Amino acid sequence: MARVGCGGGGTVKTIYLDNNATTQVAPEVLEASLPYFHDLYGNPSSAHSFGGQVSRKIKEAREQVAGLLGAEPEEIIFTSCGTESDNTAIMSALATERGKRHVVTSRVEHPAIKSLCEHLSRQDYLVTEIPVDGEGKLDMERYEKSLTPDTAIVSLMWANNETGVLFPVEKAAEMAKERGVLFHTDAVQAVGKIPVDMKKNSIDMLSLSGHKLHAPKGVGVLYVRQGTKFSPFLIGGHQEKGRRGGTENTAGIIALGKACELAALNMEIENTRVKQLRDKLENEICSKIPNSRINGNPLNRLPNTANISFEFVEGEAILLMMDELGICASSGSACTSGSLQPSHVLRAMGVPFTMSHGSIRFSLSIYNTQEEIDFVIEKLPPIIEKLRNMSPYWKTGGQERVSL
Amino acid sequence: MWEYTDKVKEHFLNPRNVGEVEDANAVAEVGSMACGDALKLTLKVDENNKIMDAKFQTFGCASAIASGSALTEMLKGKTIEEAEKITNQDIADYLGGLPKEKMHCSVLGREALEGAIANYKGEPRKEQEGNIVCECFGVTDLEIERAVMENNLTTVEDVTNYTKAGGGCESCHEKIHEIISRVRAEAKPVAPPKLSNIQKIKMIEEVIEREIRPSLKHDGGDIELIDVIGNRVLLATRGTCAVCKASQQTLKNFVETKLRELVWPELVVEEVVQ
Repeated sequence: MARVGCGGGGTVKTIYLDNNATTQVAPEVLEASLPYFHDLYGNPSSAHSFGGQVSRKIKEAREQVAGLLGAEPEEIIFTSCGTESDNTAIMSALATERGKRHVVTSRVEHPAIKSLCEHLSRQDYLVTEIPVDGEGKLDMERYEKSLTPDTAIVSLMWANNETGVLFPVEKAAEMAKERGVLFHTDAVQAVGKIPVDMKKNSIDMLSLSGHKLHAPKGVGVLYVRQGTKFSPFLIGGHQEKGRRGGTENTAGIIALGKACELAALNMEIENTRVKQLRDKLENEICSKIPNSRINGNPLNRLPNTANISFEFVEGEAILLMMDELGICASSGSACTSGSLQPSHVLRAMGVPFTMSHGSIRFSLSIYNTQEEIDFVIEKLPPIIEKLRNMSPYWKTGGQERVSL
Repeated sequence: MWEYTDKVKEHFLNPRNVGEVEDANAVAEVGSMACGDALKLTLKVDENNKIMDAKFQTFGCASAIASGSALTEMLKGKTIEEAEKITNQDIADYLGGLPKEKMHCSVLGREALEGAIANYKGEPRKEQEGNIVCECFGVTDLEIERAVMENNLTTVEDVTNYTKAGGGCESCHEKIHEIISRVRAEAKPVAPPKLSNIQKIKMIEEVIEREIRPSLKHDGGDIELIDVIGNRVLLATRGTCAVCKASQQTLKNFVETKLRELVWPELVVEEVVQ
């Protein structure tokens, strides 16, 4: 992606390796949606054919999304974002599963679920957060034990946004179904990166977000399996069959449809070329930089995500030095987020402080090139070295820690 | 992304005085890896109490590195007596300011400086003083009190930004709140800025024009400022206000409240009959 960024205040090429944060709108997606901003601005609910033609495009988009998920078009509800989808799913379950006051989730969820569950726990709901092990794998034994007759819904993420580690959500959904418990998955990071087929699992609800798969921001989907009891979150007009009020984000929805169609076509590239680039980045970085390590189970994770810790240095400083060179990534360090503690995901995994403060996440897309990865492999080691030479914990030339 | 000043960025990208001073005679190490930032300061002080050289090592974010760089630049050439007067705010000011969430980096700098001076004077290394309030980051009540006093902090969030206390499990928020209340109650009340009579009259007129008159006119009424004697505001009612039975209430509940809020808290509105 040879675009001009503002890193360092000069003109440097942007090397965008932060695709779990957001992605570039694919050129084909932009092209498909542009007419619906200005020329074809009709309201799909209108009786006239000017609106009707937009309604037909939305129907097509619904089919495209359903196609990527192996779902039926009626099971697709368009929303404004992943967070809305997540909130809708949980609140719907609490409304339809009357009397049940228990929610099961994990310790490493995205704030869209985590903060909502914390909010619920302050309102007399009981929330169980299932722990993970050092590789970010879910404790399935604890999960099984957590399901009770009072459990209204389980919500587990399919893929972790920070580490890319996959949860066995299909198996977990099966276990929930056996006990008559609703199952939701936040699949915002998974959809488009790994195959998802709703015909082959018993997941009741699934959230996805447009801007994570090369559609624009401001559009998401909640999949609701046919036959699942549902209670709307946004109450208003008859849009989405009364399941989500509000005039449709027509351009966004049409863009998302196109993005889903492209994602199906690019799935193989994600799992071959993108994965190879990610593996190369990880392998070379870890072999060139001592005292570094991969966070998360290396085998069972997204093909595009690398979460690497560099001992004795702080993540924000690494990010800003990379930013000077136009390299965009993110960090789980405390200083990056403005909180004072490192990422809740790394803490849940028990990553030691010496490692968690210096964690960097690289997340790739099909638009990244070999040259970009080579550039990072060349530029990152001197950055880490420079920062370590400033660090009182690092003995120059040595690899042993100095304790203060 | 943090909004850092150009000076912070410059000191982060090209930090001055990184390393350890050889044959240093004033050394301090503060912070810890668990807390996310740490600073080691080494100084060489000559026989005239003058700081000849200063170097630092930091584990921390961009603003921690910049603070270390700034502090060592400020120290070189100063006497110990001058150095003792440097506050965390001075370090932040040197850098053209720090984001408020990063003020703790400047506090870390001042703590390192104090430690190094104590080390130079041969004072015994201060074992932890006071009682731990924030277990997550090991911050004591004395440290919080000092930060509140020196930086005029008013909220728990402020205290967290400056000392990190309360930034973890949050279970100490109530205690921090108590400390803030106590310190602020003990602090001498600051005399409110004096308002000259002319300023007062001008402000009252402005508020009447901008905030009060439009509402009254809406109901066909009006008021006129007759005089201001001390804190007594003498007003005459006009239009429908002059014949309205509720005008007294309007004056007290609406006009006086507005004037107290926007001009001076002790103003008293009185109606004059002309």
